[in-house]
Amino acid sequence: MSFLTLTDVTKFYGANCVVDKMNLSVEKGEFVTLLGPSGCGKTTTLQMIAGFADVTEGQITLDGNDITHAKPNTRGLGIVFQSYALFPHMTVEENVGFGLEMRKVSQPARARQVADALALVHLEDYAKRYPRELSGGQRQRVALSRALVIEPPVLLLDEPLSNLDAKLREEMQFELRQIQRTVGTTTIMVTHDQTEAMSISDRVVVMQAGKITQIDQPYNLYENPQTKFISAFVGKANLLQGEIVRHENQLFIRINGEYFACPETHLPQGSQAFVSLRPEKIKLTPLHEGLLNGRIATRFFLGSQWLYQIETKAGLLQVVSSNSDTEPLQEQQETGLTWSTQSLRVLP
Amino acid sequence: MNPFKSNAPWLLSGPAIALFVALLLAPMLMTTILSFNVFDYNTGIKNTYTLEHYIAVFTDDYYYEVFWRTFWIAAVTTGICLAVGAPEAYILSRMKTPWRSIFLLIVLAPLLVSVVVRAFGWSLLLGPRGIFNQISLALGMGNVKILYTEWAVIIALVHVMLPFMIIPIWTSLQKLDLGVENAALSLAASPFTTLRRIVFPQVVPGILSGSLIVFGLSASALAIPGLLGGRRLKMVATVVYDEYLHELNWPLGATLALILLVANLIVMLSYNKILERNYQKTMGVA
Amino acid sequence: MNKNGPLALLFNGLVISFMLAPLVVVCLVAFTPGNTLTVPTTEFSLRWFKAVFKHSDFVTAFWNSLWLAIAAASLSTAIAIPSGLAITRYQFRGRDALNALFLSPLIVPHLVLGVALLRLFSLIGATGSFVWLILAHTLIVTPYVLRLIVAASSGMDRHCEDAALSLGASRITVFWRVTLPMILPGVTGGWLLAFINSFDEVTMSIFVTSPVTVTLPVRMYMYATESVDPLMAAVSALMVALTAGVMLILDRLYGLDKILVGEK
Repeated sequence: MSFLTLTDVTKFYGANCVVDKMNLSVEKGEFVTLLGPSGCGKTTTLQMIAGFADVTEGQITLDGNDITHAKPNTRGLGIVFQSYALFPHMTVEENVGFGLEMRKVSQPARARQVADALALVHLEDYAKRYPRELSGGQRQRVALSRALVIEPPVLLLDEPLSNLDAKLREEMQFELRQIQRTVGTTTIMVTHDQTEAMSISDRVVVMQAGKITQIDQPYNLYENPQTKFISAFVGKANLLQGEIVRHENQLFIRINGEYFACPETHLPQGSQAFVSLRPEKIKLTPLHEGLLNGRIATRFFLGSQWLYQIETKAGLLQVVSSNSDTEPLQEQQETGLTWSTQSLRVLP
Repeated sequence: MNPFKSNAPWLLSGPAIALFVALLLAPMLMTTILSFNVFDYNTGIKNTYTLEHYIAVFTDDYYYEVFWRTFWIAAVTTGICLAVGAPEAYILSRMKTPWRSIFLLIVLAPLLVSVVVRAFGWSLLLGPRGIFNQISLALGMGNVKILYTEWAVIIALVHVMLPFMIIPIWTSLQKLDLGVENAALSLAASPFTTLRRIVFPQVVPGILSGSLIVFGLSASALAIPGLLGGRRLKMVATVVYDEYLHELNWPLGATLALILLVANLIVMLSYNKILERNYQKTMGVA
Repeated sequence: MNKNGPLALLFNGLVISFMLAPLVVVCLVAFTPGNTLTVPTTEFSLRWFKAVFKHSDFVTAFWNSLWLAIAAASLSTAIAIPSGLAITRYQFRGRDALNALFLSPLIVPHLVLGVALLRLFSLIGATGSFVWLILAHTLIVTPYVLRLIVAASSGMDRHCEDAALSLGASRITVFWRVTLPMILPGVTGGWLLAFINSFDEVTMSIFVTSPVTVTLPVRMYMYATESVDPLMAAVSALMVALTAGVMLILDRLYGLDKILVGEK
């Protein structure tokens, strides 16, 4: 049964539709991420769930209760803001304990719960510090612990990791997931970073221009993107365009005169189609031994991988190959490329 | 906070609005009306109306002289403040900490000392026992009379107004991207050319702002011409003072005060328009 | 050209001397043992300072100014806080006009304000009323407080208020526990700036004070136009000392250059 439900939720700013009839059901304990480029409406949706933005039309229900027009200080949700929004004039302890203070929890009980919450994020020793004395990552954890200590039904995260540097971000992604699993709180996160969304979430909700384009588990989203936009936005993809041709019960796609075996699709014979091919699904072979030949235009060393941009008859293809013990290819070198038919995704 | 409740901001500003309406807008209106009241030396302000005060001010040579003196003193003060303040602001901006803060503070701190004290201090310096006269006597140049001349008023006004010129210019300079200056230098522009063609145009809004403030404040100054101008050197403010507190001819005083206010506004608006048009042409919208 | 040459430093030195000269000379003359306005070189005396404290007119005027400044600063802060919050937190038609109205006492010459208020007071029988004098000073100093509060309020992270709300705080609690502490530097800096501006004010006060409510600067002005002796210097020196004290506190609390110049 859905724990948090959005039914036809719509938001207009003046004549501008920012969120368009959004429908979403989140299960208890789920970690759902709203993913999309800036302006897609994901933050506005979060603000409506939190109560900081009015809902123009539609309904939001939490555990069976209609909270659509409830004031933000009555919803009892835990929120972590992008800027962390820690109270600068209060210590870490006082920050984390604020929500409990508002709930009139007695001082000894408060102290205990705050200590537990800080222990959860490994900041027990920092209780008496002020936010200005903490690093970005530490502030983020204090913000998280402040939101969790009140045992909210839902935890809302607004781009919680975007202010951290790359390395710290990676670490925090795992920690965040771990904490969420330990505590089991239903969580909704907003981000524009797709690696973040994919690595932490149970389900990813891709949004564009106020609408949901796809909701899926990360793996499915990656492997079976429903639109051109999603396939390019989530992970890297080679987008090829060609004509569907059926020959002796076999399906092919003709790109620039070359025929490539193509997986089953409902698209009729002769129609133009887009296929997506992930760079890591293309294997390099000796010349003339693959489906296609190509010349390395540029190559990039990414540490664990080599990224090759290869000119072929089918266009400029990106190929990623892991930095194993085989000799990497040089620029201007010619090579063969191959992939399995099932790696091609025909976009509907 | 929710910006959607439309009554809250008006309720919050209510007390301040009440104060301002009662003590600013209403009195201004009353004074405007007052300027049209008839005044009789024997019976005081009467309830009939006339244009005679305005006519007197615009036709009598005495008032013309006073307004003209006020205007040129304010203009000279503004000019000197610009000539001294702009370079000083520039020099300060080039200093390193802590000197920069220290000197900035010394230059600006006199703002917080009452103008009476400052005017009095200048009367000491510029008077017969003051340092300037001592130097002049020591050099054998005889007594130099500065006090109770226009220049005493101008010097003291410059002292009071200089911070008002420096602050906006300083603010403009702070917003300057030093990289742009260095870029010009690296492209073989001389330091002077860089100043003239790169730095100066960006500081124009500060100069404009400072000039308007200084001019407006100088034209309406009371304490300084009162203490340093003596009985004969009248500026608009001191004439108003005389009319109100000695002659008791309030309507005439009100007329003068309002004309000063309007003249101020006109100068500000036209100066603003001219320079802004020039500025916008070269720099785009600030 | 990133360094100041010797010519520039000399220029700076001259400007600094110019700015300090009248204050220095006033403070020096205050210590003269004689009866004339000369800078004491061999002997220094406190006699004129003692004379100030015996001069009942000046003492009364001082207390008037002090209470007036405290009252005006407090009242203006009290009305500037909600107004400043209204201006920075809400988008509403007339916001810019309201902001301009509240800052207008900075542009209207104090001469004109003095004259206008004199007329008002005479019509409503408020001449000689200390309360109305307080209101007049409040009007004049409100822009100073408002500017600092608006700066502090726009500079703070608004999400802290949202966070407090989400944690269950009522609007009033959010104001007391989160907003006010976060804008406190602006509030206290504003109060002090308002205080000193009220204490110093002379041009408007000349018109709206009565012999009973006369303030220190007005008293000094009257005295200076009538007689010239070192008593005036001693009073002035004391005022400079008071101002310096307030400046020190302002600097400690807020940063004097930030207040005078504005936030960078």
